Amino acid sequence: MGHRYPVRMNRRLFLSSVAMLTVTAPAVSLARTLSGSLPWEPMASDPPVQVLPGGWQFFTPQEAALIEAIVDRLVPHDELSIGGKEAGCAVYIDRQLTGAFGTSSRLYTQGPFLPGLPTQGYQGEANPAQRYRAGLAAIDAFLKQRDGKAFADLKPEDQDAFLTAMEGGKVELPNGVKAAEFFGLLLQNTMEGFFADPVYGGNKDMASWRMLGFPGARYDYRDHVGKHNQPYPLPPVSIAGRPEWLGKGT
Amino acid sequence: MKILPRKDVVIVGLGWTGAILANELTDQGLDVLAIERGPWRDTATDFNIGYMQDELRYSVRRDLFLQPVVETMTMRNDPSQTALPMRDFGSFLPGNGVGGAGVHWNGHTWRFWDSDFKTKTNLTNKYGAARISDLQVEDWGVTGAEMEPYYDQFEYLAGISGKAGNIKGQLQQGGNPFEDARARDYPNPPMEMTYAPAMFADAGRSMGLHPFPTPSANMSRAYTNPLGVTLGQCTFCGFCERFGCANYSKSSAQTTILPVLMKKANFEVRTDSEVLHVDLHSGGKSARGVTYVDTSGEEYFQPADLVLLCAYGLHNARLMMLSGIGKIYDPNTGEGTVGRNYCYQTNAGTQVFFDDKNFNPFIAAGALGQTIDDYNGDAFDHGPLDFVGGAGINCIPTNGRPIGTRPTLPGTPRWGSAWKKATVQGYKSTLSYSTQGSSYATRNNYLDLDPTYKDRFGRPLMRMTFDFPDNDIRMSSYLSDRMEDIAKKLGGKQYSVGRLKKGWNSVPYQSTHNTGGAIMGADPKRSAVNVFLQSWDVPNVFVIGASAFPQNAGKNPTGTVGALAFRAADAIRNHYLRNPGAPLVQA
Repeated sequence: MGHRYPVRMNRRLFLSSVAMLTVTAPAVSLARTLSGSLPWEPMASDPPVQVLPGGWQFFTPQEAALIEAIVDRLVPHDELSIGGKEAGCAVYIDRQLTGAFGTSSRLYTQGPFLPGLPTQGYQGEANPAQRYRAGLAAIDAFLKQRDGKAFADLKPEDQDAFLTAMEGGKVELPNGVKAAEFFGLLLQNTMEGFFADPVYGGNKDMASWRMLGFPGARYDYRDHVGKHNQPYPLPPVSIAGRPEWLGKGT
Repeated sequence: MKILPRKDVVIVGLGWTGAILANELTDQGLDVLAIERGPWRDTATDFNIGYMQDELRYSVRRDLFLQPVVETMTMRNDPSQTALPMRDFGSFLPGNGVGGAGVHWNGHTWRFWDSDFKTKTNLTNKYGAARISDLQVEDWGVTGAEMEPYYDQFEYLAGISGKAGNIKGQLQQGGNPFEDARARDYPNPPMEMTYAPAMFADAGRSMGLHPFPTPSANMSRAYTNPLGVTLGQCTFCGFCERFGCANYSKSSAQTTILPVLMKKANFEVRTDSEVLHVDLHSGGKSARGVTYVDTSGEEYFQPADLVLLCAYGLHNARLMMLSGIGKIYDPNTGEGTVGRNYCYQTNAGTQVFFDDKNFNPFIAAGALGQTIDDYNGDAFDHGPLDFVGGAGINCIPTNGRPIGTRPTLPGTPRWGSAWKKATVQGYKSTLSYSTQGSSYATRNNYLDLDPTYKDRFGRPLMRMTFDFPDNDIRMSSYLSDRMEDIAKKLGGKQYSVGRLKKGWNSVPYQSTHNTGGAIMGADPKRSAVNVFLQSWDVPNVFVIGASAFPQNAGKNPTGTVGALAFRAADAIRNHYLRNPGAPLVQA
């Protein structure tokens, strides 16, 4: 019996779909035949690369000012922690948008693109990078039209009122940008940045982990399992260690 | 297309079932090749203790999972709707690569009960045929007693930590009194309990319920399995589900089988190589091998005498459809068996909020907790009730990873200073538990091929049509009431009990317990494979996985998947090979 479905994909397409899978990896994983022993070679592991602040890789300066002002309202500076801007949430989002997340390269992006039911999830054609570009421009245009000001120049309570209206879908943004949907994306990514390991550019000095009492990457709690209802005594540690470990002379 | 030298056996997918079958059949002296779509993965290199505790990479971006660009499926809730592709996975997350979903599972390892294997007969005898008239439940064609030795084999391979409830008919204090008799206790004692499940168990006991330690594939102590492979003690790191274990303390193919299997000269694995379909001889009554493509883009024909589909259950069903093995199910006529009886899991969660407790949620393991089975399956009388089936009530706090685990009181804003204050308050002082309910088959919950959307090779995606059956919604509602009873007993300043509604949503994560689509049974008109998981239509093809479940119980599937794999291996070694190519059961 022959194939019922002829294969229609050339080598270039196949390789690109494999490459998309391993965007964090230094090399594309290629087909291998293994037999006779467990394959192992030194230095084959694939650690994350520390995001360094400074400069924008995706955002324009105008977009960066807007996104920094937004993340600083979603995660405001108060007695519990530093704010989202100082924590690096905007830097985190900037770097994510230049990678696999921003381009949806791991997702199913073939058409046709049809409006779906809520149970069918996001069905839009735009990837997150495109949604940020359009969404930030729409916010800026809307506020300049309404208030004659940029978001960053509004008073904090007016910023909060605008974000609340976006969250509830009560703002008609230009160019067909759906306010509630874009707000959901902003909120999701801001929280990712604030709570992820600092290696990704947000959560500076493990600010959110100190706030919660999450010890981070420690990996062994055997001596505390039986200590019910007792605070865990040690401070957090990240994949990259602790700031104290990186001080001068150490 | 390149034609390769013949193999005795070709296995599609090298996860739990592929590794078990490969190890058994190489012991038999057969020349076995496994073809795996994803990459080679092993603890030392890929589950690195220096950076495995990365929530963003492994849990949010899901580095170890199947990515939708490689294969997704379309979904809809009922046949009147147009199915659209899941552009990202959400509700369930299939695995990818060597070890499969067994790499990033939590490790809850259950036995189904004899009454689960006889669902249709048992429910009909007890409550009458009318009670299940809107369901399409089936018997499995096996008994609990027949499955027992194979469960035992899997539990000892995987080093399960637990407490027996019934050894040879003698009830055991502290175990599950509702389980079937087992020949011996678990290979390892239960894990040391954290605070939340200990409190949950105390509350349950004080109500006359029967809490017991959840059987866990996280090691309570170092363990050497019957193959001579040693696992290390679990360190309660809190990075289990969605992560590989860097401590060698969660059972998987990597930590229990591969160190032995990979040394055998008569075993070979080809990674990053996707099987496109099984090739059949003319007439379609036997397989002659498989066609696969590797990363060079080249297609290969791999001849083999015996083909074992050991991919994720959903992918087993799709490979059968793409290969023309069996007839695709049609809900209008009720004919066809491939894609029939797709089932899931029926879950709901509860949170109890305290002011004066510190649960240290980050001290956790994937299967460390307590279960109450008093309202699971056949453990209670459904006579006066309006549903069949049930659920385990599980207090298994798996992690305190902060991107995903930030419980807050109902009504808390999602951002701003008030959100932050509530998040800090809720993080350490919230006790969570949930129901994991049975999922019973109906005529209109099924799998077939999508008419519109294609994969990267231009082949149709699989189409999933599913919603929670009314029976299962009523079951879940009753179980949510039982969760509420426990919440009241636990005290706390406030609680929030989840209530499952119709309209299965593919976006929020629920469970990667997709079952059915190539179900086992005694009747070839209502099952795709026989009771040894051999295809009725193409007898030199076996289809191994949760695809074989006629419906799903209120329990995690892996224990039963492992037991079915050992049972199929036993049937192949001791029966099939005496007369290769012949059906083990006459239709």
